[in-house]
Amino acid sequence: MTDRDMPRSAVVRERIQESPTICTLRLAFDDGPPSSPYAFTPGQFHMVYLDRVGEVALSIVSDPLDEHFFDHTVRPVGRVSDGLVRLRPGDRVGIRGPFGRGWPLEAARGRDLLLLTGGLGCAPVVSVIRYVLRRRARYGRLVILQGVRHAEDLIWRAQYEAWGRAANTAILLAADVASHDWRWAEGPVVDLLDRVSFDAGRTLALLCGPELMIEAAIAVLRGRGLPDEAIWLSLERNMHCGIGRCGHCQVGPRYVCTDGPVFRYDEVADLLGVRGF
Amino acid sequence: MTPSPKRNPGFLARARGQVLIDALLGAGYRVLGPRVRDATIVFADVRSVDELPAGLGESQAPGRYRLEAAGDGRWFGWTVGPQGLKPLLFPPREALWRSFRDAGGGLRFEAPAQGGGPVAVLGVRPCDLAALALLDAHFLSGSAPDPGYAARREGLLLVGVDCARSAPTCFCVSTGDGPMLVAGYDIGLSELDEGLLVWPGTATGAAIVDRLPLAAALPDQLAAATDAGNRAAAGQRRRLPSRHLARTLFANLDHARWRQAGARCLACGNCTAVCPTCFCHATRTEPSLADAGAEQVREWDSCFGAEHSLLHGQPLRADAATRYRQWLTHKLGGWHDQFGRSGCVGCGRCITWCPVGIDLSAEVEAIVGGGGDD
Repeated sequence: MTDRDMPRSAVVRERIQESPTICTLRLAFDDGPPSSPYAFTPGQFHMVYLDRVGEVALSIVSDPLDEHFFDHTVRPVGRVSDGLVRLRPGDRVGIRGPFGRGWPLEAARGRDLLLLTGGLGCAPVVSVIRYVLRRRARYGRLVILQGVRHAEDLIWRAQYEAWGRAANTAILLAADVASHDWRWAEGPVVDLLDRVSFDAGRTLALLCGPELMIEAAIAVLRGRGLPDEAIWLSLERNMHCGIGRCGHCQVGPRYVCTDGPVFRYDEVADLLGVRGF
Repeated sequence: MTPSPKRNPGFLARARGQVLIDALLGAGYRVLGPRVRDATIVFADVRSVDELPAGLGESQAPGRYRLEAAGDGRWFGWTVGPQGLKPLLFPPREALWRSFRDAGGGLRFEAPAQGGGPVAVLGVRPCDLAALALLDAHFLSGSAPDPGYAARREGLLLVGVDCARSAPTCFCVSTGDGPMLVAGYDIGLSELDEGLLVWPGTATGAAIVDRLPLAAALPDQLAAATDAGNRAAAGQRRRLPSRHLARTLFANLDHARWRQAGARCLACGNCTAVCPTCFCHATRTEPSLADAGAEQVREWDSCFGAEHSLLHGQPLRADAATRYRQWLTHKLGGWHDQFGRSGCVGCGRCITWCPVGIDLSAEVEAIVGGGGDD
């Protein structure tokens, strides 16, 4: 048995309320950091076990250099996540993983990055933003386009404002439904692409969010000359095992849990948007 | 079809057949063999040849399975029952781990005890050996093998048997997996009216075969076994048009036949339960009522169920047509990328056990025509 198959106990060190419903759990393994560095890449996920309730797949949003803790941001959408957001410091969860293929951040060195995310898709990309800003010199221009349905869904609002002040970094936000104090755009996040320029020869696009949004964004990006190999996206599917055994997350011949969740566009282009896959 | 050159069988007279079971029991194996249960033939404990389904065959057709007298005294005159080896290695329900809460609030996890001793299975069909190789590829591959599957697989001895006849639902010739044994068995058998041809397939099997009082097989007996295999092969009327259908199936995702099959399909999941290679399973947590512990269990799941494709509370595949298409495009298409071959071994169980008699071979024929990728 490895921690692929059986969880390790982790303690909630800190609980950060990000919005009225969303919280971040800062966790540490009870048996301390492993002897070998606990390596993961932004975009990878853990299977998080809530005692006596069940397991869910959650993206790791902290930085791999933070070896003494790791963060999961949780929105209550089911039995397990409803319970996870009610945990308090000192409570325990079980952790299997990290699993899957994350964002191509080594291959992206020296390139410009265009991040486009919508709604709940923000967590896997927030880990990329933090990763890049902490290693700012390795990457070129960073453009972040974030969309939410309702203005009040936006979490990390202060952080977005801080990130926007970082060197060579641009942030554009859009809400389908704005509020009275919303200072950014109203409408689909994909429309924000009209407001940004990018060099198609040196940009990687990283997309995360609803698949309709991803498909619309890909159409625009390809239309503006971005090659298929430069478009990456994170897919979400039903997951039980996280290790390519249970069969739930298949998209054609691929497992989202082991071949993804981050895919290069041309790897999934044939089935993306096909009903039933 | 010519028998494997590995064969150099001896002959065991029917009256002395018990020595084979005794040799397996004597070597410490729990012996499972074909037994009649619930009006079907399944693998269950055997200690005596008298417990084998002598003289029984079956009638199989889409949506139909009936045991029938075959008019001879053969032990292996049947073809395939509803189970292959799958339930023995990948049980329908299995505990993966247990969690316990310490007095201090900490969580502790424990793996279940594995093992139960070595098991010998008597009378395994060539299609089921091919299916086992695929389950092995799935559960033992990757960076770490599945602990429970690996433990059960390690102690397994397989006594394969040639098929001397095909059921009308069989199409293993077209998938390349039968009707005669090719690989994957420890001991090979070919049944004649007067007894068994017996030969070793592995060193483990040879250690058992060496203890048997075998006579030299006569040329007529060898010829009779080969003839029976050839007749079984020639008798198959169903077939898949090609062993590689990935490109053709994925090029026909909008074919009207998916909707027609979906309109007949009850989405009951019988086909995936009897399929010897379907491996989908669901995991869930069962809290103990007796203490603060819980058990993580996995149970067979089916891509025909709505919960299989749940995403944000809604099924991605809301209707039977998309589920049937998911099953077939994976089994006959996606498997090539994942396992280097199709996931169908031609056993025909999905045809027999489908309550409305949907025939995979006919559906494929209708969707891809006579063509395929090779």
